[in-house]
Amino acid sequence: MFNRLIALALPAMLAVAASPASAILPIQHWQTANGARVYFVENHGLPMLDLSVDFPAGAGYDRPAKAGAASMTQRLLRAGADKMSEDDVEQRIADVGAQLGGRFDNDRAGLSLRTLSSARERQQALDVFARVLRAPAFPRAVLEREKVRLIGSLKEADIKPDTIVARTFYRLAYGDHPYALRDTGEVETVQTLAREDLVQFHRRHYVARYAVVAIIGDVTRAEAEAIAEQVTRGLPKGGAEEPVLPPVKGLAAGTARTIPHHAAQAHIIIGAPGISRTDPDYIALFVGNFVLGGGGFVSRIMEEVRSKRGLAYSAGSYFYPLQREGPFVISMQTRRDQATQALEVAQATLAEFVKTGPTEEELAAAKRNIVNGFPLRIDSNRKIHEYLALIGFYRLPLTYLDDFVKNVERVTTADIRDAFQRRIRPDRMVTVVVGGEPAKAADAGAR
Amino acid sequence: MRSFRRGLQLLCALLALSAAPWAAAASDAVEDKLANGLRVIVKPDRRAPVAVMLLLYKVGSVDEVTGVTGVAHVLEHMMFKGTASVPAGEYSRLIAAAGGRDNAFTSNDLTGYFAALQKSELELALRLEADRMANLTLSPEEFAKEIKVVMEERRLRTDDRPRSLVYEQLMAAALTAHPYRNPIIGWMNDLENMRVEDAREFYRHWYAPDNATLIVVGDVDPAQVVALAGKHFGGIPSRSLPVRKPQEEPPQLGAKRVTVKAPAELPYVMMVFRAPALRDAERDTEPYALEMLAAVLDGSQAARLNRTLVRKERIASAADAGYDGIARGSGFFYLSATPTPGKSAAEVEAGLRREMAKIIEHGVTQEELERAKAQAVAQHVYERDSMLAQARQIASLEAAGISHRTVDLQLRKLREVTAEQVRDVARKYFRDDALTIATLDPQPLAGVKRKPPPPGLKHVQ
Repeated sequence: MFNRLIALALPAMLAVAASPASAILPIQHWQTANGARVYFVENHGLPMLDLSVDFPAGAGYDRPAKAGAASMTQRLLRAGADKMSEDDVEQRIADVGAQLGGRFDNDRAGLSLRTLSSARERQQALDVFARVLRAPAFPRAVLEREKVRLIGSLKEADIKPDTIVARTFYRLAYGDHPYALRDTGEVETVQTLAREDLVQFHRRHYVARYAVVAIIGDVTRAEAEAIAEQVTRGLPKGGAEEPVLPPVKGLAAGTARTIPHHAAQAHIIIGAPGISRTDPDYIALFVGNFVLGGGGFVSRIMEEVRSKRGLAYSAGSYFYPLQREGPFVISMQTRRDQATQALEVAQATLAEFVKTGPTEEELAAAKRNIVNGFPLRIDSNRKIHEYLALIGFYRLPLTYLDDFVKNVERVTTADIRDAFQRRIRPDRMVTVVVGGEPAKAADAGAR
Repeated sequence: MRSFRRGLQLLCALLALSAAPWAAAASDAVEDKLANGLRVIVKPDRRAPVAVMLLLYKVGSVDEVTGVTGVAHVLEHMMFKGTASVPAGEYSRLIAAAGGRDNAFTSNDLTGYFAALQKSELELALRLEADRMANLTLSPEEFAKEIKVVMEERRLRTDDRPRSLVYEQLMAAALTAHPYRNPIIGWMNDLENMRVEDAREFYRHWYAPDNATLIVVGDVDPAQVVALAGKHFGGIPSRSLPVRKPQEEPPQLGAKRVTVKAPAELPYVMMVFRAPALRDAERDTEPYALEMLAAVLDGSQAARLNRTLVRKERIASAADAGYDGIARGSGFFYLSATPTPGKSAAEVEAGLRREMAKIIEHGVTQEELERAKAQAVAQHVYERDSMLAQARQIASLEAAGISHRTVDLQLRKLREVTAEQVRDVARKYFRDDALTIATLDPQPLAGVKRKPPPPGLKHVQ
């Protein structure tokens, strides 16, 4: 499902944790025999285990003519493997109460597993997991079925204002960069997908030495080592060159689009390519964005759009750092005849923030939230597991969380103003309004 | 924090409940009661130096009267708009500065306010919560702005979402007398005509310590939490609460059918049967059997609806079933499906009916039942990974009058369900005369092409 804005906002938030000491999150790291990177936290608090294996196999690695191949590959992993039928896979997982899931975004794709740590349950679940990852059958009949289902949901999504606004934004912001591609592909490209496309994609991207294995839960180091070997053994060897994503070109000028729609609310996005996962401005931009629109009810956009004027239920901004420059986005929805007003308020709020940056009080409040709220970011196995996968995939230092809090504490209002002025150009934003009162919204779009 | 659930849990929440909604964490919680009637439930969880506080008011949309539907939820929004000593918006600022996160939700049966903080800041959350239990300002100026936000929320979650409209119309048709027929967010016309006095009256009636339960999950000492609760809430006087009328729904006399025409691509079918809710965790048997029935139909990808309608027959793109049995009023059993492109709503409805008929005739296999139970057992463990989920579980049980202490008992009872009991509840409750069915009849979009324009090629300026 193409719900990029909502779905992608979450990892952006998760990415910002901070840690007072690595003793709180003792990450163990090693490599498997065939070169997969493993990140493990031993935690016997609950009799369960979370595991994921991710690859550089997200939608960014799609080719335009075959957009959707990456997503379909990930989607069909569980559709039968290594002599197991699709029903066999699902039943064996369900029989032990395990949950087989997966990740799919612009950069990453892979599978995840949650299971009880007791021997019978764990072994059965891991056996299925490893076989599905290593030897997916990609049955033609299932592919045809899934194409029909997906095309139906793409057509359904295509008439929704939230989809239209996001698709249009990504196209205008990313041009011919693969981040512009819809992550599940388009109706026309999905129609062309053949089994061979998936087999090739799997062979090229689900490669042992690119794999990132993240494990947390009720197993020992020795058991985790065995699990990491088990789930990476026999993975494809891959070609000589690791897949890479092309650089993102910045926007030379602003663009505005207004697209008519019948909906009661207009959907609005203002944004541009933002930052990569290893960007040196990341901390300043992240903390600044907390004040601008990332801090929920204490952010300026929420205050101006919702609290002061009652224009929207949800309004905010975020950076979504990726391997390459992921987007900076402001988004909101408002009653159609208020689209112009809401857009103007958001634009003025952004322009003012870029011009003057946060106040000392705002920065202090943001720091207090980010630093004091640190324990909340790692208070469950699920949250810690997300960090392990993130640190592993983007090759961040094991002290990433510790460093983060120190860097947040160090950042100044001048740093933030400087970073925003260099990186966010209010006159070079992509502005998309879907719906709204046509004449007025068109005027506003050009502003 | 980009998504703000200062709002309701609607359809999705209901439908997500396929796997053992009340199979909860181990019942090792401590319980106490203040002199003014405030109940305090503390569940230690020492896996992280964090505390989650959830204040549950046993009041929801079910307590609204004609003409002011949505007021429970509007009041929830207004609870963030200031008290005599804490100005509008300050609640969120104080919690945020302490590193905390806060939000609230309204359901049919309850209203919940929660904050998650590092454990040393728990008292702040209790102090602020006690303050707004007693001293809410409810100013006309703030109300005038916030009611607009709520109307935006309705547009976002319901008016522009055809499937939400289907659910809304389904419940409005299924019930005649019971207030579960009204949407939690309220009818738009009621929102348009709501006054601050309506919220004030609802607040005065229901926001009292003897209608509330304080739930704390986290790395805390129960005795200390009870003492803190006494310090901050102890001075708030109890109140005589309005009499709650049962408003029981009269018997349904035949199947009901509704059509919803809305802009969409694919049809959608949703069915609901009234079913008993859990009342006595020890003696009841049917709610557990209904829970297993839902799991056999849709507890996992291996369950019947997915296996048959989606994978084998390929009639449906998606098919779901769920039983909602934790409620102050009636329980409900839902089934829904989206036809595959090219198939009709009638075909997918027939498919759902075939699956129901199979269970009525042949029952379920032991293998299926064991699978459903294995999932319930695992879910019981997985749910303990989130402190907030634990707090919310306690809240929904307690609001429905089921003690949180029965969670282990409930799992045991689920594991005792037999295949015969599952078949029996299917026979008893999957009756055509007790069915309400709503169908989405997709309409073309007015004024625009069905496909959005390709990039940068077409737009109106």
